[in-house]
Amino acid sequence: MNIVVCIKQVPDAKTVRFDTEKGTLVREGVEAVINPFDFHALEAGLQMRDTYGGEVTVLSMGPPQAENALREALSLGADKGILLSDRAFAGADTLATTYTLAKAIEKLGPVDLVLCGKQAIDGDTAQVGPGLAVRLGLPHVTCVSALSVLDDGKTMHLRRVNEDGYDMLELEMPALLTVLASLNTSRLPSLKGKMRARKADIPVWDAQKLGAEPGRIGLAGSATQVVSTSLPTFEARQEMLEGSAEEQVEALVFRFKEAGIL
Amino acid sequence: MLKVDTEKCTGCGECEEVCTFEAICVQDDVAVVDQDACTLCGICVDGCPEGALEFHGKEILLATDLNSWKGVWVVAECRREILVPVTLELLAKSRGLADELGTEVTAVLMGHEIESRAQELISYGADRVLVIDHPELATFTDEVYGNILTDLARKERPEIILAGATAMGRSYIPRVATILKTGLTADCTGLDIRAEDRALLQTRPAFGGNLLATIVCPGHRPQMATVRPHVMRANTPDPGRKGDVIRVLPEEDLLSHRVQVLESVKEQAEGPNLSEADVIVTAGRGFEQEKNVNLARELADLLGGTVGATRAAVDAGWLPGRTQIGQTGVTVSPKLYVACGVSGAIQHIVGMQGSEIIVAINKDAEAPIFDVATYGLVGDVKEILPLLIRNIRKERGL
Ligand SMILES: Cc1cc2nc3c(=O)[nH]c(=O)nc-3n(C[C@H](O)[C@H](O)[C@H](O)COP(=O)(O)OP(=O)(O)OC[C@H]3O[C@@H](n4cnc5c(N)ncnc54)[C@H](O)[C@@H]3O)c2cc1C
Ligand SMILES: Nc1ncnc2c1ncn2[C@@H]1O[C@H](COP(=O)(O)O)[C@@H](O)[C@H]1O
Repeated sequence: MNIVVCIKQVPDAKTVRFDTEKGTLVREGVEAVINPFDFHALEAGLQMRDTYGGEVTVLSMGPPQAENALREALSLGADKGILLSDRAFAGADTLATTYTLAKAIEKLGPVDLVLCGKQAIDGDTAQVGPGLAVRLGLPHVTCVSALSVLDDGKTMHLRRVNEDGYDMLELEMPALLTVLASLNTSRLPSLKGKMRARKADIPVWDAQKLGAEPGRIGLAGSATQVVSTSLPTFEARQEMLEGSAEEQVEALVFRFKEAGIL
Repeated sequence: MLKVDTEKCTGCGECEEVCTFEAICVQDDVAVVDQDACTLCGICVDGCPEGALEFHGKEILLATDLNSWKGVWVVAECRREILVPVTLELLAKSRGLADELGTEVTAVLMGHEIESRAQELISYGADRVLVIDHPELATFTDEVYGNILTDLARKERPEIILAGATAMGRSYIPRVATILKTGLTADCTGLDIRAEDRALLQTRPAFGGNLLATIVCPGHRPQMATVRPHVMRANTPDPGRKGDVIRVLPEEDLLSHRVQVLESVKEQAEGPNLSEADVIVTAGRGFEQEKNVNLARELADLLGGTVGATRAAVDAGWLPGRTQIGQTGVTVSPKLYVACGVSGAIQHIVGMQGSEIIVAINKDAEAPIFDVATYGLVGDVKEILPLLIRNIRKERGL
């Protein structure tokens, strides 16, 4: 089974700071990690491979440092990693990102399964998975929380979570799925995996190597543009109610009444 | 300029099918482009199974004649035959946008035996309703809903398409935007018109609500956005409002799909779901035992809200995974958020800090949740919650 897992390197929520004056993200001191959902996409891919054989390829579009994310995925058991990196890819919105990822996947040859996280925690768009599916001509299912493969080795049964419950779906590979964290528990890297990851050769594909049209990648290929960013203003915070439990509760009920909640 | 690679072209006619401008046709088994009619929209480039069509240069960005796209569309969503709240919220918002643009609001209603909802859409602000009623639409599949919406948009050319940022909207609307080769802004919380060029200003939270970005889609149409439920307000319906109801029969070839729905299960008890709730009472590990979680349920019921969970509470098996709030769960912004026995890990905070009023109850006065709380109560949830419930009951005369 040929499986491609798309992983994105994102700023670690724990280290992210914001510049309140400029209303922007402070880049300094921010650590980069694999997008949390993508670990679960990877785990799903690894489990499939372990059962049905084949290969898991991890793919990431990003700056040269994104190589670290790919190495981490290799240490967890992915068979190979490919980095899509080129200055010309910078500033890509989801339209340009899906074009670029699709070009790479087409270059890899026929795939049975493409796995993505539900969303990236920096952009929070959740659009890359479904968009990529269209580019690849594949059906897709988002928000997958359970997954099984039937005896024929290609029909899948999936649980897709929605607001008030879930749907059980059936589809045949090839397909693209975006997964929730509840789908599985990620494995830990093995010592052997770590050694292999350190030595592994990670090819870097640029726009030319992909045969990508310059007008369809990065900023040039993006339909959307960010015109401004700001920080949300929150109401005054941090009033600790005082006294005994009774007194605190009374104070709270009073504030609820003031706010029209009661 | 659009070019045909005559070596690769097999004359299959796929491009002719997808082109909405009649700019391409097959002659003597090879595609021929009418360069004057071609708007460089790119639909055929992706539609070509042989990869025989290509743009030269960066012209794709010059896309189409922007002014030929008119009207604001709202994609209506029915859940178990009932219009979801965000559809009504979007109608109110679109009404304002359309008035500013001097154009109409069209609602697109897809489903089976849903036509009775058309008048409801009009009463909430639609001028026109496109009804696509077909047995194949009884259950939602991304491909069929996506194909139909794409087809309608190509034919009618709306300048704006808005849909709810629901599980369904966030799944198939990106398909539509990608096929139409246009921009899509996810999960918006604000929409406005920039007067000088009629651009749709789309504001959305990123980084778990820590940053707001305003986004435009300058060179492509339609301008598309999904909009977060519960941030905009619906109008009071006017049952006497008049509008046009137009029935559209979907073409057969739009109805094929590769994903089959075996079963649709409703898990949620009565009451609002997380993304639409005004009040959320969240249970953390501080409840210590499953049975104590009933205190959160009781408070939520009393306030007309619903129960959320931290990952710790989900991992403990007290509450289902879909109630998890935070980085790897859902993002919520209710009017009132009551965090009970929740420490306030950053992965949880990013999913709830946009709430209007945050109340934290924790026995550890140093817990980080208090940094984001509007009101903090230090104490044991097993003591505070019963007191709070009793007090609220008393207020209500219960
Ligand atoms: C990649 C990643 C993603 C994650 N995603 C999420 C996510 O989406 N959502 C999420 O919630 N978490 C997420 N987590 C987990 C997160 O880091 C925390 O572990 C989790 O939020 C803690 O839940 P908690 O506050 O219920 O439990 P704890 O951190 O154990 O806190 C329990 C709190 O209850 C208090 N307490 C104990 N007993 C009582 C009592 N009787 N009365 C009152 N207070 C009491 C304690 O003082 C403590 O502050 C993620 C973690 C990682 C690494
Ligand atoms: N630059 C990227 N490289 C690889 N995969 C990506 C990239 N951006 C997004 N993805 C994948 O798409 C998913 C959804 O991302 P997004 O649509 O940006 O929220 C992520 O969880 C990844 O699996």
